[in-house]
Parts: sequence; C-alpha cells; structure tokens
Amino acid sequence: MNAQNKPELRELSYAEAIREAMDIALEDDPSVLLMGEDIGVYGGAFQVTGDLVDKYGTDRVLDTPISELGGAGVAVGAALTGLKPIFEFQFSDFAALAMEQIVNQAAKVRFMLGGSVSVPLVMRFPAGSGTGAAAQHSQSIEAWLGHVPGLKVVQPSTPEDAKGLLLAAVADPDPVMIFEHKILYKMKGHVPEGYYTTPIGKAAVRRAGKDVTIVATSIMVHKAMETAEKLSADGIDAEVIDLRTVRPMDRDTVLDSVRKTGRLVCVYEGVKTLGVGAEISAMVAESDAFDFLDAPIVRLGGAECPIPYNPELEKAVVPQVPDISAAVRDVVQGRV
Amino acid sequence: MPESTQDTNLPYAIRAYSAERLRDALKKMYLVRKFEEGAEDSYMRGLIHGTMHLSIGQEASAIGSTMGLTDEDKITSTHRGHGHCVGKGADLGKMFAEFFGKETGYCKGRGGSMHIADPSKGNLGANGIVGGGLPIAVGAALSAKRLGTGAVTVCFFGDGANNEGAFHEALNMAAVWKLPVVFVCENNKYGMSTSTERSTAVKNIAERAAAYAMPGVTVDGNDFSAVTEAVDAAVARARAGDGPSLVENVTYRWRGHSKSDRNRYRTKDEINEWMGRDPIPAMAKLLMDHHIVTEDDVAAIEAEAEGIIKDAIEFATSGPDPKVEEVIRDVYTPEATA
Ligand SMILES: Cc1ncc(C[n+]2csc(CCOP(=O)(O)OP(=O)(O)O)c2C)c(N)n1
Ligand SMILES: [Mg+2]
Repeated sequence: MNAQNKPELRELSYAEAIREAMDIALEDDPSVLLMGEDIGVYGGAFQVTGDLVDKYGTDRVLDTPISELGGAGVAVGAALTGLKPIFEFQFSDFAALAMEQIVNQAAKVRFMLGGSVSVPLVMRFPAGSGTGAAAQHSQSIEAWLGHVPGLKVVQPSTPEDAKGLLLAAVADPDPVMIFEHKILYKMKGHVPEGYYTTPIGKAAVRRAGKDVTIVATSIMVHKAMETAEKLSADGIDAEVIDLRTVRPMDRDTVLDSVRKTGRLVCVYEGVKTLGVGAEISAMVAESDAFDFLDAPIVRLGGAECPIPYNPELEKAVVPQVPDISAAVRDVVQGRV
Repeated sequence: MPESTQDTNLPYAIRAYSAERLRDALKKMYLVRKFEEGAEDSYMRGLIHGTMHLSIGQEASAIGSTMGLTDEDKITSTHRGHGHCVGKGADLGKMFAEFFGKETGYCKGRGGSMHIADPSKGNLGANGIVGGGLPIAVGAALSAKRLGTGAVTVCFFGDGANNEGAFHEALNMAAVWKLPVVFVCENNKYGMSTSTERSTAVKNIAERAAAYAMPGVTVDGNDFSAVTEAVDAAVARARAGDGPSLVENVTYRWRGHSKSDRNRYRTKDEINEWMGRDPIPAMAKLLMDHHIVTEDDVAAIEAEAEGIIKDAIEFATSGPDPKVEEVIRDVYTPEATA
C-alpha cells in the first residue's frame, strides 16, 4: 500500500496480480485448470484471465457454456478426483444459480464422508457496486457464503493480497471463495515477484492508531484509510484493520486492537443487517475486549435495499468516506 | 392478433396484417434501431453509466415476435430487451428516462437498461440474469390458464440461455402442464464470446423442443414475415390450449456483446456479411414490393421515428432525478410493512 514511497518496487494492477497468480499456479501444477464463462479468447468479463488461454490452451482455460450450476458442479467433481479448478463467476451475483453445488456439495462433502475426501476448489467472484450495473450485478454476498462451514471466504483489498490469497487458496485442500471487488481491478500497487502466499484467516493492520479501531473489508479498507488520514489532521488517530478473511475470522488481531483503542467501527459494503459487521461485533461483545470498550460499537454497511442503477442512489446505499468519517467522529467524541 | 387472410401466394405478414399494422411495425423497427443508436451515443458522451446490450441487427425478431400479441398477453425479456419493449408498446421517453436514471423512467431510475419493464402492457421485464425469465414466463402462463384470462406469454431468451438449467426445467413444466407459452430463442450465434458450436450440443436450438415434446422450428430471424408466421402459429396453438412451442429466430447482433467487447471471437467478414442482411431495409422492401408503402413513405416513417426519439431524449433529460431519501421506498409493499 505504500509503494509510492519506494518507486523501485514493481507495481501491478489488482487484475494483473490475480492473473499472475493464476499463471504461476498453471505453470507449477498441471492439475490446475481455469473454468468459467468467456475466460478464454474474451479474456474474462473484467479481463482478469486476459491472454492466459494463448499460453495454456483451451483445455486448461476452459470456457464453459452459460451454466453456473452445472459448471460449479463439474468443478466440484473435478476437484474430488484429481484436478484443482479455479472457477470464475462472471459476477458474484451468479453464485445464486450455483448455490446448490457450492453450499450443499463443495462445502459439505468432506464432512459428510467422514473426512475421506477433500475438495481443493477455488472460486473467484467479481463483486460489489460502483459500475452502474444495478441490482443483479452489484451485490456483496460474502456473508452468504461466510455462513457456511466447510467454505473459506476471503476478500483481498490490495494487488499484493489478491495474488497471495489466490496462491494460498490454490494450495489449500478445501474450497476457498475469493471475493474480488470490481472497482479494485484497475487499482495499482506493489506486488512481489514469484511465488508467495498470503495467509488465509489472517487480518492485516494497515494503519496503527490508538483512538479507534476501524475494521473494514475489501474496497472499504481504502475508504477507511482515506478517512483515517483525514481524521488524523483533527487529532483522531484511527487504527485500520483489513479483515482480508471473512471465514475463518482473525479474532486475535481484531480483539487486540479493540483492547488497545476501546472503540470499534465496522465498515463493509454488504447489506448491514446480518452482515460481516454483525459477526465482528459479536466476536468483540462475547470476549473480554468488551470490557475495554469506551463507546458502543458502530456498524456501517450497505443499505437495506438492492443496489440501484441511478449513480447518486448507487453511491448513497454503500458507505462513503464522509459517512465513515462522521461515524468515527461520533464514536470518538462520545456522541453514540 | 392477425387480422385478414387472402391470397396464400403472398408472404404471411402481408396476408395476415393490415397496411396500417405493417407500417406501424416498420416504424417500430426504426424506433428500436434509433433508440439504441441514441443510447449508444449518450453512452459515448458520458451521459449514461453502467453498460448496455444493443440488439441492432435483431429488430425483425423483436417486432415480428410481438406482432400478434395484445396488451393482455405477456412477455418476459432479456438483457438485450429494448426491441421487446418497443414491440410491446413501450413509451420511448420513459425508456430513455430509465437509461438516464430518472424518477420518470420505467423503473424510477432503479433498474437501468437491463431491467426495463411495463407491466401495464404485459411486459414483465428485461432480466439481468441469463435464463431468469424462462420459468417466470411459465408462471405467467400458469396464471393465465388457472385464471382463464386467455393470455399467452412469449418468453424471449438467447442461444446462450438454452444451456442454463432453468431453460430445461421451464420447458418441461410448460409441456407437462400444457401451458400457453411460446419460447422464442433469439439465436444470434454467440453468448457473449462463446459460439453455439462451442457451447451447445445440438446444431439448432429448436431441436431441444423434441426433448420436451413440443413443436420446435428454426426461422430466418431477420425476415419479419417468417418470424411472424412462426410465432403467430405458436401463439395460436397456445391460445387454443394445445400447449407450448419453441421458435428459434436466427439472427445476429452487429455490436459487441456489451460496452467492453473487443470482438476477438468473430471475424470482420462475418459481421459485414450479417450487416448486409439488415432486417429493416428488408422489411421496407417487403412493404414496397406489396405496394403498402412507397419509398417516400419509408423515408417519412424513418423521419417520424427520428422525431419520436428526439422528443424522448428531451423528455428523459428534463426529468427529475430520484430522491436519495426515497431509495428504500420500493423494497417492500407499503401495506405489508405498515
Ligand atoms: C446467470 C448469468 N450468467 C451470466 C451472465 C452474464 N451474461 C450476460 S449476457 C450473457 C450472454 C448471453 O447470451 P445469449 O443468451 O445468447 O444472449 P445474447 O447476449 O446473445 O443476446 C452473459 C454470459 C448473466 N447475466 N447471467
Ligand atoms: Mg446469443
């Protein structure tokens, strides 16, 4: 995130970082294959797979028909029997068509079979609002999948983590669901060369601070960082935690921070009610960190409605910097 | 509904429809074309955000397939649905207003291009989910049958949608329950970048009908008369209580899939060949050949369509924006939450 200070560091976009991770995985392991709609010659709806088909051919960069349920199920079956599919949904919203295979099959088969099999499956979900694509192409549904034991759910917010978490997901024997924010695809940042992994289940402290903890996910990490910089001018010192993994959640990093700052604001794009912030809040409320709280916990999440088309409405239904700023001020200044 | 029958040597559309209806159909084809050109232009000028799916080149399929429908009849449409809206009698101003995200748009600015609907005219809406409309159309046909309305539902979907499970489940139920629904596949040869050869086990989508024991026909989707002949026959069968049919209109989209398409999966030659089979001049020629319009009439109809589009854009741009405070207004029905 601080690549600007070190110009010698190599920068890639978030999309390029994901592509590089897939390239490394395909290169290193012949059992890896990419599956999805229009990921071959088209390069993917968001140009994430790009030209990988030219390097690996149509057998390993496999365009599926428009068949999300079947395609996901084929990926589950292949994962059960020796392949390691990386399955791209064109939009995360279309996971709704494949929930059967994701939730009833991929997530549960190992458990149901008494641990005798594994499902080394990676699914990639372009998610989030901000593109004007309206209600069926803009959702943030990580909490749906985060509710399912058997799945691991990650939300990289930087190019470096997008690559590292994807490579960690490929190395993981269990199904890992990766939510990629569409607005981040073009974001540039430092990405180390070669193979490395970012640990699943580990949050990152993006900015240390003493007055308030902001736990954010995905694109909200950047909005939280911007807010923190603004507030620091007014003497409010916010700590920003990038949750990175929704399931399993990094309890220690969050609780340690809350014990230090005594205040918690959760910021996420998914619908506020029953969302990721509810779990973070409950985690704190159920622990000794609760005793350190000097103010009520505040959650900022998506409005209780589908994502609207009109650009002003679209902006209004997800937290923006002024909303975060106001909430953090209120928490710090005892107005909650 | 088709009106007259005369000389069987004449093309079906000429036999079945009055001169007035045919002139109106030509006008609607121009309206679809010019609406989409206007939308594209607005997009290029940064007036519209999001994406859009243009049906330029497919106008005969949309207008021909809706020709025999009344306002009581229903349609379900797709992401590429502007033509279906116009065919079902939509107001162009309200369509543009939706594009511009205005409160005066069909969806009050909530839906955008991919969700335009007009339930008052039987248009149950475009859909952002490929295949999403297929079972919904079957549900509308179930209503019509149970409620005895006599309405028929025309269900539009693309070649790509025929590989969704929803397609197969929908056709099976429609057939088992003998419902008044007509499945109209607009086969433009590609689902995004994926050709039917690479995605679909059968050569013609209409062959799928056999698996669900319903009639299936493939027609030239750029030939207005051929489209109306096939769809009207299927609608008549549905109205008579004889159950569903599948009609496949073979056509071609001239533009990219959406605004992000590099067109790497098809050749310039292929695009040019299909642009040579423009359904609109073909329709104009059909009407001129049968002395329904003169060349001057065609020019006048085109100019009239242009005028309507100009007014529509003006109506749309001058409309109010939705109020941010009201964004959650339509999530639930007011009586239910009170
Ligand atoms: C369930 C679902 N999967 C994928 C998409 C993305 N998508 C939108 S349109 C489209 C192609 C549809 O092809 P087809 O049905 O042939 O219609 P056409 O675009 O050619 O009119 C795809 C893949 C979607 N909107 N919904
Ligand atoms: Mg198609």
